[in-house]
Amino acid sequence: MARAVMSEIKKDHIHKLLAKGRRVDNRAWDEFRPISIQPGFSETAEGSARVRIGNTDVLVGVKMGVGAPFNDTPNKGVLTTNAELIPLASPTFESGPPDENSIELARVVDRGIRESQMIDLEGLCIEPKKEVWILFTDIYVLDYDGNLFDAAFLGAIAALKNTIVPAKANDKGDDFALPLQHLPISVTAVQIENSILVDPTLDEEKVAAARLTVTTDENGDLRAMQKGMAGALTLDQIYKMIETSQRLGNDLRKLIG
Amino acid sequence: MGGNSNVKLISDDGIRVDGRRVDELRPLRIEAGVLKRADGSAYVEFGKNKVLAAVYGPRECHPRHMQNPAKAIVQCKYNMIAFSVSDRKRPGPDRRSVEISKIISEALDYVVFTENFPRTSIDVYIEVLQANAGTRCAGLTAASVALADAGIPMKDLVPSVAVGKVNDQVVLDLQKEEDNFGQADLPIAMIPRTGEILLLQMDGHMTRAEFDRAIELGVGACKRIYEVQKDALARRYSMEKSAEDAAEDAPAEPQEG
Repeated sequence: MARAVMSEIKKDHIHKLLAKGRRVDNRAWDEFRPISIQPGFSETAEGSARVRIGNTDVLVGVKMGVGAPFNDTPNKGVLTTNAELIPLASPTFESGPPDENSIELARVVDRGIRESQMIDLEGLCIEPKKEVWILFTDIYVLDYDGNLFDAAFLGAIAALKNTIVPAKANDKGDDFALPLQHLPISVTAVQIENSILVDPTLDEEKVAAARLTVTTDENGDLRAMQKGMAGALTLDQIYKMIETSQRLGNDLRKLIG
Repeated sequence: MGGNSNVKLISDDGIRVDGRRVDELRPLRIEAGVLKRADGSAYVEFGKNKVLAAVYGPRECHPRHMQNPAKAIVQCKYNMIAFSVSDRKRPGPDRRSVEISKIISEALDYVVFTENFPRTSIDVYIEVLQANAGTRCAGLTAASVALADAGIPMKDLVPSVAVGKVNDQVVLDLQKEEDNFGQADLPIAMIPRTGEILLLQMDGHMTRAEFDRAIELGVGACKRIYEVQKDALARRYSMEKSAEDAAEDAPAEPQEG
């Protein structure tokens, strides 16, 4: 992303507050900003949700079609996840093909869904080796004020939860709800000096040295992780982030239902 | 245009498939200032169309060879998101969106006092979140509200609407079925105070009399849309005012040393 500059005075402010154990918006270190989830935002999508975490605003939609399975998974549906950091959402986003940031975002969300086996992919097989359902999850960032990973993941989960497979429109029998077996949740935190801050705002992200996203399932088991940014994390910090993700994951899961 | 006038889209009583009369607009809702990061923004729901517009600028124009030493350039990017239509649209620009972006840029350029901001670029991003015919008009309607919300000096707002021909009748504001099976489509945009036309396209088949009727319907509708645009801006600034009042009443934030 171009021009991710920040004024020194703002940086100092964040550091000085952190030294006293405080954040700019007075949240606790392990507190999310207010979250709102609007499921079924789109009538043209098979499933959708708009998620706001503070000022960050993300719209996720699911489209489905019929296609051929991969040779090595002849009886499983196909998942595709794409993220668009559109220039409407931030002065630093540019139009054009996906850059490394949007590719990382899409792949982290994809891994959380895929590796948790959230979707019963065998339930998306129409005829083995020949026809399966192809599922596209498209993530659009509408307003970028930090922590895209969790906003996008919550949006994806909420959208998949209300996805109806369009079987009738494809001459494949009656419509049915997307078969789901798990409910993974991601929680992202950043490290600034010795502090760990959950759900970073954009300003906090700009000051941070390292980022970690931890995706857990309803049993508290780890399903996906991604460390980002140039800084290093201690093992203690990583354990703390994992425990935080498990704990907050349970709270967030209740929002999805 | 499908041009198939055999599909009955208007009843003998003059009622259309969605219950409207031929000179009736779909429900229109406009909100200004909906995005945090953008300099100006607007959200428009026009029937089942859902459109977001964001304005960034005036800001440094790059590539630099596009700079005009005498005035700002207005660059609009119109885009449909992947799940905004029934068959998933591949993300990124296509020939249709490039053309629409161009004509919207040109329409907006005329109303902005570009000579006030030499060498800069005023960037307008239109994202169609859900499409149901008439998205370029909804997009342009949203874009001019977003420009005003950004505080950019303008001659006027730009309301826009499409008029069409269905079952040999001229009808206002086509929705999807009418657009698919209609006989003509004519999007227009105007400056309400002067009556000047800023955008005009037509495809299909219309007699001169039908064209005159279409313009009459379109101009009348633009004036109604204009009132909704002004109301959105008035609400935006009355909200801002009341927020300022509240801030004055609140105790001052403790200053951090």
